[in-house]
Amino acid sequence: MGMEILGLPMMYYIAMVAKVLVAFVFVLLTVAYATYAERKIIGHMQVRVGPMRTGWHGLLQPIADGVKLFFKEEIIPSQASTFAFLLAPLIALVPAFITFAVIPFGGVIEVAGYKIPLQVASYIDTATGQIHDLNVGALYILAMSSLGVYGIVLAGWASNSKYSLMGGLRASAQMISYELSAGLSIVAVFMLSGTLSLSEIVNQQSTIWFAFKQPLAFCLFFICSLAEINRTPFDLPEAETELVSGFCTEYSSMKYAMFFMAEYANMVTVCALTATLFLGGWQGPFVSSFALLGPVYFIAKVYALMFFCMWIRATLPRYRYDQLMHLGWKVMIPLSLINIVVTGVIGYVIK
Amino acid sequence: MNPITPIINGLKITLSHLFKKPVTLQYPDERPNVAQRYRGLHALNVSHNKAKCVACYLCPTVCPAKCITVEAGEDANHDKYAEKYEIDMLRCIFCGYCVEACPVDAIRMTGQFELANFSREDFVFTKERLLEKK
Repeated sequence: MGMEILGLPMMYYIAMVAKVLVAFVFVLLTVAYATYAERKIIGHMQVRVGPMRTGWHGLLQPIADGVKLFFKEEIIPSQASTFAFLLAPLIALVPAFITFAVIPFGGVIEVAGYKIPLQVASYIDTATGQIHDLNVGALYILAMSSLGVYGIVLAGWASNSKYSLMGGLRASAQMISYELSAGLSIVAVFMLSGTLSLSEIVNQQSTIWFAFKQPLAFCLFFICSLAEINRTPFDLPEAETELVSGFCTEYSSMKYAMFFMAEYANMVTVCALTATLFLGGWQGPFVSSFALLGPVYFIAKVYALMFFCMWIRATLPRYRYDQLMHLGWKVMIPLSLINIVVTGVIGYVIK
Repeated sequence: MNPITPIINGLKITLSHLFKKPVTLQYPDERPNVAQRYRGLHALNVSHNKAKCVACYLCPTVCPAKCITVEAGEDANHDKYAEKYEIDMLRCIFCGYCVEACPVDAIRMTGQFELANFSREDFVFTKERLLEKK
């Protein structure tokens, strides 16, 4: 522990790299197997069996899909705007993954005498024992999730195809309108917590989850998140029946796979964020005595929410576009505004 | 009307389906139970080691798809028999009229439904291929 770089112990850097690797690999694996789980779960909900023939009960299906997509031909339409066309999948993918940096996935564990908070962008000041994390974590997540729209809009525009453009336009309109109510609904949470730091928000939920204090905000946020990541019943940007494949119509091979991964990574992030803000994150019984239980609780909550997403996909049909806008602007936003006012009034009365 | 209840009812239904036994048949591994009167590939019935067909031409006459070709011949006992009996499976509509029309019960339909082939010629089933396997 003697060596120091820029005033920080060597252990700090090792822990950082380890946390980044663990979180990244976790998200990647979850993304890969979320596709498999989705196909299996929806299959069984439709009284089918889903993938069965690659490996035992189709367990190797994500790998087969990945290898297949990898070896597909890359097609760039001759009329496409090449640079934007190539850039768009990256812009969609990167924000989807880096959002995970501020989500706390566990408490503080101690490795070789050095305390590590299980959140990628945070560390413990060894002198004061205080946890430092991004104190505007929730804002950072909102910012990154709105960056994801650029990838989709750019993909839709750069493809120079009517279907893609329509998909891109729909995606942008939908994401912007639902981001408003998603942002407004979590304002109520910040009014309770008094902070934007996600690790602090999780710590405050050690006794009672915010989902019980803010049930309306919880429902609103989850529904708006579904709309924001373009999942059923809000998957209009890639409505196969009307828009072929929406903004990724012209994409093939790995670039298509990147959009696909971004979509599922967004689902993981949104579920992780919902779990963090409303379901107590990594908090759970006995977590104070066994710190390693934290990640277990966290993963369990995230997977439960992801199961719920898939369950919804198996149940609900797609919204019509005007219904979508009606729901976003005339139901979600007023409800979240009312929620803020009510929270404020009750908070004032209790004080 | 309250918009939440139908959604919850729908969620309940899909969840209950999750625990039902899937109806999927793992086809090449599991074989379907072909119904007894299924109309699959034809077979020519055999009696006394030769086809029962007497080349009466009723089946090509009744066939709506005109897929049966019969040519009559005369055997050593001066009996009429089908020298050539071909069914073009690309034209056959599996209506079963040939079986109904046959006065001597010489043709029937089996449960064999896997009739894919690689060339067009292979879809024309000659008399040898149609003779019932014993």
